[in-house]
Amino acid sequence: MNLVTIAAKSIRQRWLASSLTALSISLGVALMVAVLVINGVVSRMFSQNATGFDMILGAKGSPMQLVLNTIYFLDRPIENIPYKYYLEIKKKKWVAHAIPFALGDTTEDGKFRIVGTIPEYFDVEYVPGKKFELQGGQFLSGTFDAVIGARVARAYGWNVGHKFPIAHGGNTSDIHDEKFTVAGVLAPTGLPIDRAVFINYDGFYEIEGHGKSKQEAEVEEKARRDAEILIPAVQPEAGGPGAGGKPAKKEPISDQQKQVTAILIQVAGNGPAEQAAIAFLMMPRINKGSVAQAVNPIEQIKKLLDDVVGNIRTMLLVMTVLIIIVSGVGIFVSIYNSMSDRKREIAIMRALGARRRTVFSVIVAESILLCAGGGIAGLLLGHGLVFVAGPIVEARSDILIDPWFFERHEILILPALLVLAIIVGLVPGLTAYRADVAKGLSE
Amino acid sequence: MSLVLKDVRKSYREPDGRALPILNIPEFTLQSGEQTALLGPSGGGKTTLLNVIAGITLPDSGSVTIDNIDVARLHEVRRDRFRAQKIGFVFQTFNLLAAFTALENVLLGMSFSGKTVDRKRALELLDQVGLSHRLHHRPPRMSVGEQQRVAVARALANRPSLLLADEPTANVDVKNQQTILDLICSACRENNISLLMVTHSLEVAGRFSRVDKLQDFNRPGAAP
Repeated sequence: MNLVTIAAKSIRQRWLASSLTALSISLGVALMVAVLVINGVVSRMFSQNATGFDMILGAKGSPMQLVLNTIYFLDRPIENIPYKYYLEIKKKKWVAHAIPFALGDTTEDGKFRIVGTIPEYFDVEYVPGKKFELQGGQFLSGTFDAVIGARVARAYGWNVGHKFPIAHGGNTSDIHDEKFTVAGVLAPTGLPIDRAVFINYDGFYEIEGHGKSKQEAEVEEKARRDAEILIPAVQPEAGGPGAGGKPAKKEPISDQQKQVTAILIQVAGNGPAEQAAIAFLMMPRINKGSVAQAVNPIEQIKKLLDDVVGNIRTMLLVMTVLIIIVSGVGIFVSIYNSMSDRKREIAIMRALGARRRTVFSVIVAESILLCAGGGIAGLLLGHGLVFVAGPIVEARSDILIDPWFFERHEILILPALLVLAIIVGLVPGLTAYRADVAKGLSE
Repeated sequence: MSLVLKDVRKSYREPDGRALPILNIPEFTLQSGEQTALLGPSGGGKTTLLNVIAGITLPDSGSVTIDNIDVARLHEVRRDRFRAQKIGFVFQTFNLLAAFTALENVLLGMSFSGKTVDRKRALELLDQVGLSHRLHHRPPRMSVGEQQRVAVARALANRPSLLLADEPTANVDVKNQQTILDLICSACRENNISLLMVTHSLEVAGRFSRVDKLQDFNRPGAAP
């Protein structure tokens, strides 16, 4: 009969106290898991690896807002910039890839963002070292093709070939007549990309009501030429290119009438250092102009991490440490309290020939079993909690929580609990070690 | 196996700091396979004597030799192992572990001897004491007589050469007293185990060919 069996029997003997102790540990670990998962999800979402682009161009305004709505598909889009500007930028030698984003519309129920972009977007690395993969279908090719994120596919049950309309400017009561067809479903990335619907930029401007009217476009063009403040003859509705006024009659749209919400740029250069240097040099030049602002997404993400997420993370980590301490104290109290009832049990084992070291080990093994049992139950409970709460959080906050997300630091929970078990088992273990056998037998 | 106690003294410290002598045994011997009943009044030092022989309590002076090994001089770890291998213990209050079944209690007795746990032997022993139908019952679900029989099986589990029995029938009913005494005595006889049974019952002592009175060889108050 080995130590673990003896310890397990002992735990079973005090099943109520043992169960409550294990339960307190499991609740602690479940909370810890939830904290780690939330921390992981938030950090991953806002990490510096959230984008593979060196620069984002958009209308003048809040740099953070530009990053939030192009990288995270959060917040309202800022104004738009002319498509022609995009064409100019694209021609620059220092630009390896320039991807236009036309934002503003949503799926019919307003749940997911529509992103008008070009097929080239799917050729670039969306984060360093990672290229888009499909779980079905193909990337954009036809005008009314759409490629949907994994989360969108899961939420709606859409497959390749499914046709769907889109809501104009996110207004669920204003649905466009044109329908897009799912050409491909992206493999999950764990990033906000999963909850975006990418449609062909050309198709985006085939939709009635997208793009400026000729009159608007001419006024704007003139204003820009004259470096005047843009005052269009017809005031457009806010909410991106999809929010423009509807012309009475559909006719082919010229480049002058098209707009983009943002341009995602990968800089040409030999290696990341050179690319970063070029981006650093080019941004002030763009910012000097009247058309657009250039933003370093990494810088903004870092700022977001430090200013907002960093504080939350610190708070969560402090909570985690407190949970660990409370759980540890719980185990200690439970085992230590049981020691007075177990003096006789220990004395019997010693009388049968058990060494001091053996009874010490039995007590520590008991502590380890309680911690390990509670820990494993807590891991399951924690992930169960994330599984249940994930969709609710996502629905309320737009923060994507993958129910199967495993935070790598969770690997440390069980070894940490093992160390904790040994530490808290030491004092009761030493009590057993020092037990007076003759006295214990006579009690 | 022979047991020889020579000049064994043991005293306890009283709360006021004075020493309270319990044992003062110039000499006591038990030959291999010999069985003896040790009579003595309550509080006379019988249990302390058994603890000293088993190496649970160390004497203040003197030697406790079992098979030419002075138990009192062994390092604690070796003493524990020696106790597990050579000495069987039957207690007045059975001292079974409540969390363990009858079979597990016997197996537990084997676990600390350093030898492989012999499940087959444990089953045989429980069969010998008439408990093959109660193998998986825990002590609280067993009668006192059954509990003591489990304790006897556990004491015999490691094939000891000395069995120490501390009032083994004091807590069992008359009917079971006889059974348990028969079990202990016959098992010791058949396996050539020396038996030292502490009792205050003249009836129990009457079953033994050798009866020692503690006060005849223990003079705690005598000067060294």
